[in-house]
Amino acid sequence: MNSTRKLTMAQAISEAIGQEMERDPTVFVMGEDIGKYGGIFGATGGLLDRFGPDRIMDTPISETAFIGTATGAAAAGMRPIAELMFVDFFGVCMDQIYNHLAKNTYMAGGNLKLPVVLTTAIGGGYNDAAQHSQCLYATFAHMPGLKVVVPSNAYDAKGLMIQAIRDDNPVMFMYHKGIMGLPWMAYYEGSSGEVPEEAYTIPFGEAKVVRPGSDLTIVTLSQMVQKSLLAADELAKQGVNAEVLDLRTLVPLDRAAVLKSVAKTGRLLIADEDYLGFGLTGEIAAIVAENLDTVALKSPIKRLAVPNVPIPYSRPLEQFVIPQISHIVDAAQQIMKTRVTEGAYA
Amino acid sequence: MKASKETLLWMYEKMQEIRHYEETMAQVYLEGKLPPNIQKGLAFDIGSGPVPGEMHLAAGQEPVAVGVCAHLTDHDTVVGTHRPHHFAIAKGVPLDAMTAEMFGKVTGLGKGKGGHMHLFDPQRNFSCSGIIGASLPPACGAGLAAKKLGKDWVAVAFFGEGAANQGSVHESLNLAALWQLPVIFICEDNKWAISVPKDKATSIEWVADRASAYGMPGIKVEHNDPVAVYEAAGTAVERARRGDGPSLIEVKTDRYLGHFQGDPEVYRPKDEVANLRKNDPILRLAAQLRDAGQMNEAEDAAITARARQRVEDAFAYARASAYPEPRDALQHVFA
Ligand SMILES: Cc1ncc(C[n+]2csc(CCOP(=O)(O)OP(=O)(O)O)c2C)c(N)n1
Repeated sequence: MNSTRKLTMAQAISEAIGQEMERDPTVFVMGEDIGKYGGIFGATGGLLDRFGPDRIMDTPISETAFIGTATGAAAAGMRPIAELMFVDFFGVCMDQIYNHLAKNTYMAGGNLKLPVVLTTAIGGGYNDAAQHSQCLYATFAHMPGLKVVVPSNAYDAKGLMIQAIRDDNPVMFMYHKGIMGLPWMAYYEGSSGEVPEEAYTIPFGEAKVVRPGSDLTIVTLSQMVQKSLLAADELAKQGVNAEVLDLRTLVPLDRAAVLKSVAKTGRLLIADEDYLGFGLTGEIAAIVAENLDTVALKSPIKRLAVPNVPIPYSRPLEQFVIPQISHIVDAAQQIMKTRVTEGAYA
Repeated sequence: MKASKETLLWMYEKMQEIRHYEETMAQVYLEGKLPPNIQKGLAFDIGSGPVPGEMHLAAGQEPVAVGVCAHLTDHDTVVGTHRPHHFAIAKGVPLDAMTAEMFGKVTGLGKGKGGHMHLFDPQRNFSCSGIIGASLPPACGAGLAAKKLGKDWVAVAFFGEGAANQGSVHESLNLAALWQLPVIFICEDNKWAISVPKDKATSIEWVADRASAYGMPGIKVEHNDPVAVYEAAGTAVERARRGDGPSLIEVKTDRYLGHFQGDPEVYRPKDEVANLRKNDPILRLAAQLRDAGQMNEAEDAAITARARQRVEDAFAYARASAYPEPRDALQHVFA
């Protein structure tokens, strides 16, 4: 009862899936190398031994077929979890995701439930280059019909995964490889942590202030939360007190939490690992811009994200395009030095 | 089509070069990735060392690359997979620039932007991709271009037996047969798709049996043998050059190493690789050449030394090369 132990994010995710599979016989998992291998990123570790190959199903490399199968099985009363090994592979199966899984409920006038969880690995930082390092959560959030969950740590991942499985809608559950706590990839240790043994849920659409502060708000998500916390430590040493807001889900998006924090600090930095153009950073900035009648900015907003180039392989190139802790610190300091113009239209 | 002595010796030397390349890379790849110089608690750190990121090596799979590429010229196109080194080497991609690419150096094929799964050599019409099943459509395109330009060039798409279940494979086979494109599709069956064995992923035993459903010849090469591959590929390449359309060849081959380096291979029977190595195609070709009086011991030693030296030189070149400037990341999104 109420006992906790330290888990990695991968362990927290597989524990959540296992608990829901025990509770609900309609939950099952399909994907590549999710059985004996336990998922390339460990999200289904140990589940094959407990539930057997009828419920932990290794698939052929046929993403269109098995993701479409998840949609069809959900329509017929199951609650499938399907794993797209890397989000970058969405290109081979996007029609099933976007034209069907995401739209069928709407086109059926709400008369169809599709409780599918699509798990997928995101992110770079380990030199896996342009086809294995993207985040792309904004792509899925852009298109109506998919809930988008992007956890930053083990505790949230478990609660959000259970919430996702119980949701009657398609949910993209996107985990960053560099916070899974894998034994073969460097990770931010703040992503592992105390996780209760019993099942619990975390509602979607509730961002979390993971570090309170007064000088500036850093809105962020996923692995970038861990980087932002370390950047905030550094900023504190430099006399800047940053608040870090973890969005946790993009759809639904907690706009109120963004506005509340920015109203308090008057300064906004958005730290993102997805592409800069037409994406999350622009969306968050727009929310603030649309509410300047109630929220006052002291400094212009800054956005940090991948500058609209594919993720390059070579280490110095990759570290240049993916925002690093030092980039967050520098951007925050620049914000502290600038002022919004006064009364141009007064 | 029988392989000449020159062809046999070329295949032998290239197989030596590929094997030594992969074994060298397996060693170099581990540099900087093991305790104690990595994050505490990790067994291995994929992002560290001079060659970071994933690394898929093809030791054991040399016959399929050399047996096919022996028939090709620079004009012919090869599209490889995420496990691309053996194809690239057999196609004649320069080892120094290829290796520099994997070291992320500015002298690399893609100036360090691509990395090991994304090697592009437009001069020799070689490319590859990290997306499974992605090799077939562009090979169709190269075949279509040759046809439109009135050339007798052919295109080869290599893909794994795991990839055979990807939609793009089926679409491409139909399109190539429908348009009678000069394409040779080579399915490399190493029995494993990461941890999933072929019989757990494919509803029939031979991918080559699917050829008849698309209206093209399906050829089975049952042994991991460069001469058998050479003969099968020769028929298919000739047919394509004549304008008689595509073929599908399936080759049984062996993966000696993990799916990627660092793969714990928990899914694989412990003695499997040791048994496979008893049938090493390089040793078998060496014995065959010697028995036929086509290579004596001194010649063998000279070939082996030459092949190894080329690999050593390429790694030295890669190490000595400079990294790109960080800001170079912003270049080359567009031509
Ligand atoms: C579209 C897509 N799905 C999944 C993957 C992940 N993946 C990389 S290699 C691989 C197995 C490929 O097996 P096979 O085609 O037999 O080639 P092999 O690795 O045996 O050479 C998988 C599933 C990918 N890269 N692209």
